[in-house]
Amino acid sequence: MHNTLAIARRELTSYFHSPVAHVVLAVFLVVSGWLFFYFSGLLIIGKASMRGFFALCPLLFMLFVPAITMRLIAEERKSGTFEGLMTLPVAEHEVVLGKFLAALSMMCVGLVCTLVYPVSLALIKAPGSAIDLGPIIGGYLSAVLLLSSFIAFGMWASALSKNQIIAFIIGLLLCFALWIPDKAILILPASVGAAVQYLSVNYHFENIARGVIDLRDVLYYLTVTTIGLVLTTRTIAATRQ
Amino acid sequence: MSDAPATPPMIQIEGLTKHFGRTHALRGISFEVPKGQVVGFLGPNGAGKSTTMKILTGFIEASGGVVKVAGISVADDPVAARTRIGYLPENNPLYEDMMVDEFLEYIARVRRIPADKVRGAIDTAVSRCGLHKVRGKDIGELSKGFRQRVGLAQAIVHDPDLLILDEPTTGLDPNQVVEIRNLIRELGKEKTVILSTHVLPEVQHMCGRALIISEGKIVADGAPDQLSSDGGRIDLVVTGKRGAPDAAAVRALLGALPDVAEVQERTTGEKDALAYSLTTKTNADPRRALFAALVDADLVLLALDKKALGLEETFRKLTTADAGKVEHAEHHHSKAA
Repeated sequence: MHNTLAIARRELTSYFHSPVAHVVLAVFLVVSGWLFFYFSGLLIIGKASMRGFFALCPLLFMLFVPAITMRLIAEERKSGTFEGLMTLPVAEHEVVLGKFLAALSMMCVGLVCTLVYPVSLALIKAPGSAIDLGPIIGGYLSAVLLLSSFIAFGMWASALSKNQIIAFIIGLLLCFALWIPDKAILILPASVGAAVQYLSVNYHFENIARGVIDLRDVLYYLTVTTIGLVLTTRTIAATRQ
Repeated sequence: MSDAPATPPMIQIEGLTKHFGRTHALRGISFEVPKGQVVGFLGPNGAGKSTTMKILTGFIEASGGVVKVAGISVADDPVAARTRIGYLPENNPLYEDMMVDEFLEYIARVRRIPADKVRGAIDTAVSRCGLHKVRGKDIGELSKGFRQRVGLAQAIVHDPDLLILDEPTTGLDPNQVVEIRNLIRELGKEKTVILSTHVLPEVQHMCGRALIISEGKIVADGAPDQLSSDGGRIDLVVTGKRGAPDAAAVRALLGALPDVAEVQERTTGEKDALAYSLTTKTNADPRRALFAALVDADLVLLALDKKALGLEETFRKLTTADAGKVEHAEHHHSKAA
C-alpha cells in the first residue's frame, strides 16, 4: 500500500504538470456543462433534474477517460522511465494500482467540479419544489464506478502500446465494447438479449443512476475494474520476457 | 536471509542465458563478484552487457540459469533482490517534469526509507553527487552532466550494497566524464560496483577487474593490467650519426629483433629521422635489445615510447570474430579463478 500511494502521488503530480491533463479536464467541464444545461431541460421546461446529464456520462467518459489514461504506461515505456520504475522494489500490481488511483483521482477532480450543477439547481429551483437527491447521489456514485471500470481498461490499452495515440484509440474501443452490449437488445431475441445486456456498463449505470443502489450493480463494476487491472498487470509483467 | 551463507558474493551468475525470440543475446554466462569489487563490463555494442544488467536488476527475466544478488535469487524474490541494488539504466531516462528534490523524495519513499530519514537520505545523496545548486530545478532543464548526477543520486539514495551502472559516462563532455568518474571511484570505495563501458581507459582508471563479453559470452576475466600485459606497442624515432639513415636497413634491423611481431613506419616531423611503431609479442619487452642493436648499427635514438594500449588490443582481439580467441579467454578465466 505504501508503494502504491507513493506511485499514485508521483503520477498525480505528473498529471498536474501535464498540459494535456489540464486541457482534457477543461474540455470535459465545458462539454459536461453544456450537456447539463442543454439536457437538464432547465432552460426549456423549467424541470430541475440531472437525468439528462447522467444519461450522457457513459458517452462522455468513453472519450475523456482514454485521453487521461493513454499516457499512464505508454509514456513511460516510450521515454524509458519504465525501466527505472520496474527496477524499483515494487510489485507489478502496486505499479498498476498506483497509476489507477492517480487517474481515478484526476477524473474525480473533474467530477467534483460538476457539483456546481446540482448546487445551481438547488439555488434556482422553483420555490416550494424539492430536488430529488436520490438520483443525484446515485448518479455520482455510478459515475465513479463507471470511471473505475473505464480507467482500468484505458490503462490496459496504455500497457498494450508504446504509442499514446494508439493507446487512446484502443482505450476508446475497449470502453465502447463495454458500453455497447445493452444496445444489442434491439437486435437479439429477448432471452439472449437480457444476458448480453447484463454485460454492459450502461445497463448497470442506469440502474444506479435512478437512485436504486443494488449490490449486484456495484459488484458488476468492481468485477469489470478488477478484470481491467489484472489484464494490465499481466501485460506489464509480460514486458519482462 | 538467515539460512544464506555468512557472506554470499554480491553477484552470482551461473549459466545465464537469454533469448529474444530466435536471437540469442546471452549464451551461458557465469561469473561472481565478491563484495566491494569494482568491475568493468566491456564489450562491443550488442554483446550482451545491457541485457546482463537488465536481468540483474530484474527489468527482464532470464531464459535460463541462476542469478543471485547478495544471495537472493532474482527470479524467486525479485522485489527483495531489487532493494539491494541501485541502478543507473543506459541513457539515464528521468521524469523531465519533476524537480530534482521531488524526484529523489519519490525514489526514497518507494525505496521504503522511513519517513523521518527521507530528508537526511536525500541530503546525503545530493551532497555526494554535488546537486545543491539544482535541487529546486526541473530535471528537464538540467545539462547532461547534471542529469547523470541525478541518475547516480537516485541510485544511491537508499545506500544500496550494489551499484549497477550502464554506460555511466556515455554522451558526456570530457570535463563531465572526469567528474562522473571521480564520483564513481568515490562510491566504489564502499560499494560493489559493476559498470559497463566501451571506453577502455575508464576500466583501467576505475576498476579492479575487467570482464570482456562478446556475442553473449564472457571471453576474458581478470585485472585490467593483467589483460593488458598481452602484447604492446613501442613508438620510436631514430636518426643516423650523420644525416638520414637508410630506411630499408633500419627496417630490417628492427624486424630482426626478438619479440617484435610487426614493424610499421610512421611519419615524423624531425629532420633526417625515421619513425616506427613496433608491435611486440605477448609479455615481451624488447627495449634493451632494441637499444643495443641501434648502438651497434651506429644509429641514434631520438625518442622511445612504450604504449600501454594492451587492453584495447586485447579487447579488439577478443571481440572480433575469429577462432583463436576462445582459447585465449579460457586462459584468462583460469588465471582469474
